[in-house]
Amino acid sequence: MSLEQRARLVGLPLGEGVGRQFDYWMTVYKRTWQGSIISSFVSPFFYVVAMGVLLGGFIAGDPAELEGATSYLAFVVPGLIAAHAMQTGVGETTYPVMGLIKWNAVYDSMLATPLQVRHVVAAHLGFVGFRLMTTCAVFMLVLAPFGVFETWWGPLLAFASQVLVGMAFACLVYGFTTRLRSEEGFGVLFRLGVFPLFLFSGAFFPVSNLGPVGEWVAKLTPLWHGVNLSRMFCIDEVDWSTAAVNVAVLLALVVFGWFWSVSGLTKRLVK
Amino acid sequence: MIRAVGLRKSFGEFEAVKGIDVDVRRGEAFGFLGPNGAGKSSTMRMIAAVSPVSGGELSILGMDPAVDGPAIRGRLGVCPQEDTLDNELNVRDNLYIYGRYFGIPKGEVNARVDELLEFVQLTEKAKAKVEDLSGGMKRRLTIARSLVNRPDLLLLDEPTTGLDPQARHVLWDKLFRLKQAGVTLVITTHYMDEAEQLCDRLVVMDKGLIVAEGSPLALIREHSTREVAELRFGVAEEGAGHEALAEKVADLGERVEVLPDRLLVYSDDGEEVIAKTHERGLQPVAVLVRRSTLEDVFLRLTGRTLVD
Repeated sequence: MSLEQRARLVGLPLGEGVGRQFDYWMTVYKRTWQGSIISSFVSPFFYVVAMGVLLGGFIAGDPAELEGATSYLAFVVPGLIAAHAMQTGVGETTYPVMGLIKWNAVYDSMLATPLQVRHVVAAHLGFVGFRLMTTCAVFMLVLAPFGVFETWWGPLLAFASQVLVGMAFACLVYGFTTRLRSEEGFGVLFRLGVFPLFLFSGAFFPVSNLGPVGEWVAKLTPLWHGVNLSRMFCIDEVDWSTAAVNVAVLLALVVFGWFWSVSGLTKRLVK
Repeated sequence: MIRAVGLRKSFGEFEAVKGIDVDVRRGEAFGFLGPNGAGKSSTMRMIAAVSPVSGGELSILGMDPAVDGPAIRGRLGVCPQEDTLDNELNVRDNLYIYGRYFGIPKGEVNARVDELLEFVQLTEKAKAKVEDLSGGMKRRLTIARSLVNRPDLLLLDEPTTGLDPQARHVLWDKLFRLKQAGVTLVITTHYMDEAEQLCDRLVVMDKGLIVAEGSPLALIREHSTREVAELRFGVAEEGAGHEALAEKVADLGERVEVLPDRLLVYSDDGEEVIAKTHERGLQPVAVLVRRSTLEDVFLRLTGRTLVD
């Protein structure tokens, strides 16, 4: 193969291919945003009030017990937002992805045009990233008046960490969905994957409470890295070397998930 | 426009296309005919540059799909067998968004969308949801969508399957006009009347191979007689009675086919077959003389056995 042929094989630049799908995803968003705007404010507010204020009222705000947080509210909500990002990332890449592969065949129609699999995956994940940014931003705005944030820059980095952990899950689950024949697999994913992670990855209680082995296992889960980053930045208890490890793990998952997703969708649709 | 030599497609152990040679010229309407599972759709997907070639050579618009897939697809219009319209979007958005995938500027797409809606008579439905459209409207919309990039080559995979006669005729009219406008059409179908209506040239595929090739007329001439006399006898039981009768008229035509309810005598002069049948003292309860059709050719070449 000549160099010129190789260049042509690459086809459209990634940005150009993604840009051509902007109108599609914009239309999808316009169709759904009104329905989501209420819930995206209301459920964070309920979480903050119920878990942070009301349940937190029973829990002594001892920084030694709560990884440096001075109240249970300050401990639990930053972790909850990371967990919420995970759920959004997973939610946006399970049924919606299967729908476009199987029920609506929209991906098929996209691939009949000059667009290629990587453009399609990148645009969809880009949309998930946008959804993550809006939901996490709303959650952080709801939290702001409760006096949890210690610095002005911490919440910004916490926000970036939440989006990052959401993207890590989105990329992984996208790849998983492309390999799934029927939606029944999602039940297993939610029950054995998402739900235990939600409960045991340190969002609700310090993972040290799990005992030495349990703590070690919890720290291997992707969600813990996001929870830890989000909390450290929100309450300004940053251990930079741990943060670096957290970010590296999540970035590695994004990169792995990206390749896994592209190869999965290629196997599924280009045959 | 399309050139295939020894083209093959396999899925694991299964060979869907077993080495076919095809040559489609600019401006013609070319048909792939064949029963279900003959390999038509697999061939179409390779030509659409969405399915990698397993073996042989394929060149589309002078380019190699393995190297220039995106460039080829940019100049193709594809109307797939199953509608791949986005049910969540309205009619207009389906066209507009699809046009954007080709990188056509917004203003230009908008102008083309208006034009295409007019062409497929869906202007009034522009704001309607796709799921509220009839089958015929959806097909017309799919065809409009496949034209949004002004393709040089339009691929239609069973364009009228599942449509009522009115809708089919409207669609044929649209396709005919495209052909007049110089668009090269490649059509797969298992409707013989459709192939006779639309195709200048066609190939009959069976079990992954091409079994015949030519214009509809040439194929009829080559593989059938000018006319067919259909003789219906009041035979109560299937089989034995008909076989015996078939022997009695066997010399009247080039070929006699025994069906459960009637005999088909292939001959250049159907009236004469009927006259001679009567002369021999045979009393069919009903007779019919008709011209040979592509369907006779098709059934002769691919058999009457059900494929699935």
